[in-house]
Amino acid sequence: MTDVTAPRPESGPAALTRHGRHVIGENKVTGFAFALFLLIGLAALFGPHIVPHDPLASDTAAALKPPSVRHWFGTDQIGRDVFSRVVVATRLDLFIALASVALVFLMGGLAGVAAGFFGGWTDRIVGRIADTIMAFPLFVLAMGIVAALGNSVQNIIIATAIVNFPLYARVARAEANVRREVGFVLAARLSGNSEARIVLGQVLPNIMPIMIVQMSLTMGYAILNAAGLSFIGLGVRPPTAEWGIMVAEGAAFMVSGEWWIAFFPGAALMIAVFCFNLLGDGLREIVDPQRRT
Amino acid sequence: MLSLMIKRLLVAVPSLIGVVIVTFLLTRALPGDPAAYFAGPAATKEAIEQIRVKLGLEQPLIVQFGRYVQDLAKGDLGHSLTTGQPVAQEIRTRLPASAELTLLGLFVSMLVAVPLGIAAATHPGSLTDHACRVVATAGVSLPVFFTGLILVYVFYYLLGWAPAPLGRLDVFFSPPPQVTGFYLIDSLIAGNLELFWASLKQLFLPALTLAIFSLAPIARMTRASMLAVLASDFVRTARASGLSSTTVIVTYAFRNAMIPVVTTLGMVFSFLLGANVLVEKVFAWPGIGSFAVEALIASDFAPLQGFVLTMAVMYVGLNLMIDILYGLIDPRVRLEA
Repeated sequence: MTDVTAPRPESGPAALTRHGRHVIGENKVTGFAFALFLLIGLAALFGPHIVPHDPLASDTAAALKPPSVRHWFGTDQIGRDVFSRVVVATRLDLFIALASVALVFLMGGLAGVAAGFFGGWTDRIVGRIADTIMAFPLFVLAMGIVAALGNSVQNIIIATAIVNFPLYARVARAEANVRREVGFVLAARLSGNSEARIVLGQVLPNIMPIMIVQMSLTMGYAILNAAGLSFIGLGVRPPTAEWGIMVAEGAAFMVSGEWWIAFFPGAALMIAVFCFNLLGDGLREIVDPQRRT
Repeated sequence: MLSLMIKRLLVAVPSLIGVVIVTFLLTRALPGDPAAYFAGPAATKEAIEQIRVKLGLEQPLIVQFGRYVQDLAKGDLGHSLTTGQPVAQEIRTRLPASAELTLLGLFVSMLVAVPLGIAAATHPGSLTDHACRVVATAGVSLPVFFTGLILVYVFYYLLGWAPAPLGRLDVFFSPPPQVTGFYLIDSLIAGNLELFWASLKQLFLPALTLAIFSLAPIARMTRASMLAVLASDFVRTARASGLSSTTVIVTYAFRNAMIPVVTTLGMVFSFLLGANVLVEKVFAWPGIGSFAVEALIASDFAPLQGFVLTMAVMYVGLNLMIDILYGLIDPRVRLEA
C-alpha cells in the first residue's frame, strides 16, 4: 500500500508524465502493449471505412475459401470476408467492454468510496452486496442476469458490470478508508465543506490513479466475459460481426478442417485481452511502483 | 478442529441466504410477466390468469419467496418447459459429468503449475522463470473456448490422436454401471480397462483445456508465495544450519508457500465453474453447463435458475472446504478458532 502521509520527492502531472515516458522507454513490453492498443483503437475508430469487403455481404460462390491474397483471413460458410468481419467487430467488442467498465467504475467506485469513507452501515451494506455477488461463480451469475433481464447487448454490459462490482468496490473502499483522516480531508472539513463534497471533491480525485489501473486490468476480463456470453448465444445476434459469436459460428468447421473462420476472431480476442492485461500491469508500474510483481 | 469447522459453517450461511435471495429475484422481481411467459405466446388472457394463480404470482413477493424456499427445502427446482422433466433430477444425472471434467482439469493443472511455480521461484531469472511468466500472462488472455477449439483442430483434425469432440463416450461403448457417476472410476470398478481408455480419451482434451485455463493463476501464485517464503528468516536459518537445499525447499518453504495458493483456489474455482460451461459447449459434454446453454437457447427459465443455484451452492461449499483445508495446513488458523 502506498504511504499517503509521507512527502514525495516530486509530484504533479508533469512528473507523472516524465515517469510514464521513462517506464515505457525502460519497459519494452509496456511500449509494445501501448502500440498494440493504438492499433486496436484505430481499428475500432476507422474499421468500417478501411476494410476491403462489406462485413455482411455474402457470396456463396466464394464460401469456405482458405486465406488468400483476395481474402486475407479466408471466407466463412456463406462467403463473408473474415478479415473485414474481424476488423469491424473491434468497435462493438471494445464498446461493450468500455461501457461495462465505465458503468462498474461509477457503481463500484462510488459505493466503495462511500463505504470506506463513512464506514458503519454504508460499509456493511456495500460489503454484504459485494459478498453476495462473490458467492456466485462470476460467469454463471452473468449468464443468469442476462437470461433474466433479456437477451440484448445492453444487458450484457450490465451483467459484466455487476460481476465486476466487488473488485471495484473493494479497491475503492480500501483506498478511501486510509484517506479518512488525512490532512487535506481534515482541512476541507474545517473550512466548512459538506461530507458529500469532501468525498467527491477531495477523496475521489485522489484515488483516481488506482481506479484507472483497475479499469485497465479489468478491461481484458470484461472483453472475455462478453465474448464468452455471446459464444453461448447471449446478447449479440447474427449476422452482427462480434468476436465471440464469430468463434461460435466457426466452431462447427474446426472438426472438418476450416480453421480460419474461428481462428482469426479468436486470435483477435486473445490479442486484445493480452494487450489490456500488459497495459494494466504497465500502468500499475507508473502509478504505484511499489506494487510491482 | 471441530469448533473451527462449525465457525466456518456459520460464515457460509449468510452467503447461502444471499444466493437464494438473488436466484429468487432473478425470476420474480425483474421486468416481464412470468405468467405470460410460462403460458406461452399463444395463451389467452384467462389462461395467463390461471397460471398466475397456480404459480402464486398474485400474492405479495414475500409470500412467494416463502413458497420458493419451501420448494427448495423439498429439493424441488421446478420443471423444464422443453422436456417436462423435473430440473432437480436432470441436474443430478448430469452433475457427475461436469464434476469429473472440472476436477480432472484442476488436478492436471496443479500437477503442472505447482512444480513450475516452484522451479521458477528457486531459479529466478532462469529460462524456467521466464517460461512461467509467459505462461502466466498468456494463460489469462486465452479465451477458454478458443483454446478448446485449437486443441480439437490440432489433436482431432490434424493429428487424429483424439476422438471427435462429441460427449463422454464413443457411440460404440455403453457407460459403466453407475457407482460414483465418474466414468473413469466406474469403469475401473467394473474392471473394464477398454472402457477406461475410451472415456479417458474423450475426457483428455476438455480437461486439458480447463487445465491450461487455470494454469496461469496457480503458477503465478505459487511463484510469488514461494519467492516470499524463500526470502524469509526461517528459511535463511534452515540454510545456515546446513540443511540440504531439497530439505529446505520441500519441508520448510513448500508447506508455508502452499497457504496462499490454497486461498487462491477459491478464485480459481470461480473461474473454472464458469469456464466449464464454455468447454462443455465446445466438446458437446453432457454436463450441467450444456444443460444450461440448451435451456438458454430455448428460453426455458427453470433449468437455468436451477443451474445458477446449483453452481452457487457448490461454489459456497467448495470455499467452505478450502477454508477447512486451510486450517489443516496452517496450525495458526486452528489456534485462532
